[in-house]
Amino acid sequence: MNATNVDTFYDDWAVRKFTVMAVVWGVVGMLMGVFIAAQLAYPELNFGLPWTSFGRLRPLHTNAVIFAFGGSALFATSYYVVQRTSQVRLAFPLLARYTFWGYQAVIVLAAITLPLGYTQGKEYAELEWPIDLLLLVVWVMYAIVFFGTIANRKIKHIYVANWFYAAFIIVVALLHIVNSAAIPSEWFRSYSAYSGAQDAMIQWWYGHNAVGFFLTAAFLGMMYYFVPKQAQRPVYSYRLSIVHFWGLIFTYMWAGSHHLHYTALPDWTQSVGMVLSLILLAPSWGGMINGMMTMSGAWHKLRDDPILRFMIVSLSFYGMSTFEGPMMAIKTVNALSHYTDWTVGHVHSGALGWVGFVSMGSLYFLTPRLWGLKQMYSTKAIELHFWLATIGVVLYISAMWISGVTAGLMWRAINEDGTLTYTFVESVKAMHPFYVIRMIGGLMYVSGMIIMLWNVIKTVQMGQATPAKIPAVVAHA
Amino acid sequence: MDITDLRIISTVGALITFVGIWVWAWLGRHKKDFEEAARLPLEGDEE
Repeated sequence: MNATNVDTFYDDWAVRKFTVMAVVWGVVGMLMGVFIAAQLAYPELNFGLPWTSFGRLRPLHTNAVIFAFGGSALFATSYYVVQRTSQVRLAFPLLARYTFWGYQAVIVLAAITLPLGYTQGKEYAELEWPIDLLLLVVWVMYAIVFFGTIANRKIKHIYVANWFYAAFIIVVALLHIVNSAAIPSEWFRSYSAYSGAQDAMIQWWYGHNAVGFFLTAAFLGMMYYFVPKQAQRPVYSYRLSIVHFWGLIFTYMWAGSHHLHYTALPDWTQSVGMVLSLILLAPSWGGMINGMMTMSGAWHKLRDDPILRFMIVSLSFYGMSTFEGPMMAIKTVNALSHYTDWTVGHVHSGALGWVGFVSMGSLYFLTPRLWGLKQMYSTKAIELHFWLATIGVVLYISAMWISGVTAGLMWRAINEDGTLTYTFVESVKAMHPFYVIRMIGGLMYVSGMIIMLWNVIKTVQMGQATPAKIPAVVAHA
Repeated sequence: MDITDLRIISTVGALITFVGIWVWAWLGRHKKDFEEAARLPLEGDEE
């Protein structure tokens, strides 16, 4: 594109690339998830090899779905949304291209090093220090592009979606730098800068804020643009969006210690984490209610719009998992739920139900528009994807609830003479059928994702990447 | 003044800031601005 077009067209190069890669990594990461779910049901699938063992493939799955799939979807949507709501072309388009290649390089390096056993041993922060540094460089470039575009904006007001994306970019940088701080001893080996209970607290300060700012705030940014867009209605309450945004910002930072109930962490720290987790229900539901109510007067659209249905179901799962989370943070509930599959079910209710569905809905919205079309190649396929994914999630999380509560109750059952009623292996045996059901649920979920990949490829082939015009009349807001 | 005082001040300060934001957002005079802001996603592209 030549220089005269700079003020006329948006720059969607990186948006297109990240959109396609989000779908590709979604398929890869979810297939990996189904495979490790199968390993749990049928341990022979570990093949007796270190590279294919559950312990090495599980971080590969989590990194692939959270950072490769989720991260690519966030890059794509944030670059798209910040341009449209600022009515200005992306700042530093070349840097945006570097963020694409850099971020994909981080993902590929993760896929190579994790099966080889190179890990810092921190959950969701496994990557070794050279990759951490590369990610840091990419993230700084991302911040420059995003905030540069905000600085260039033609609209005075910064739309709420951008506040959420901005919080995500800033906080993820902070979390990454603090938690990944390590002393390298050689290439691909390092030791944490912290020790003991402090190391654990920093890890879960990181871990829970990764949930709060990567998997929540950023996807709320997505929600605040794409739900109004698809419903063709402005957000229900703008002032609620401001208050619950700041509510999330001020509260999430405190909640991490609920991951360490009944550990060596000081008791008061656990209690603070529990109380602040309970408070967190309010700002979380603020977002859920705001998204849901945006639909008021447009509910009939759900009947024949599967994309909108993806978005509304995602908000339902967001509401459910942010009710379940505070409940599980209560110490007495946690005494039952911790170390069981209930936790796994809770995480997937949020990850598959909320993050997955809102991403899929938004990507289905984006794809045809990025390639100059009105709609996806096949709306029927979106419909099929929706039902496969919905039934898949429900199977997955209900299997994990039953398995988790069963195991938790068996572990705490005590005979009159004080001995344990069940051996550990008996609880494992009780969990087995639910592991098979979970695998089937996951298989359905990834089948939907494969259909989406086919649909996206077809749509891209049918359309043509045409530059989108910036509206000539600048809005007054 | 030791670090505990700073922690107390920053915690209480954060709470007051949050309540302040809440009061600010609920002031009636922002209603029109917020309504305009809420329409931003619907105006950002030509369809």
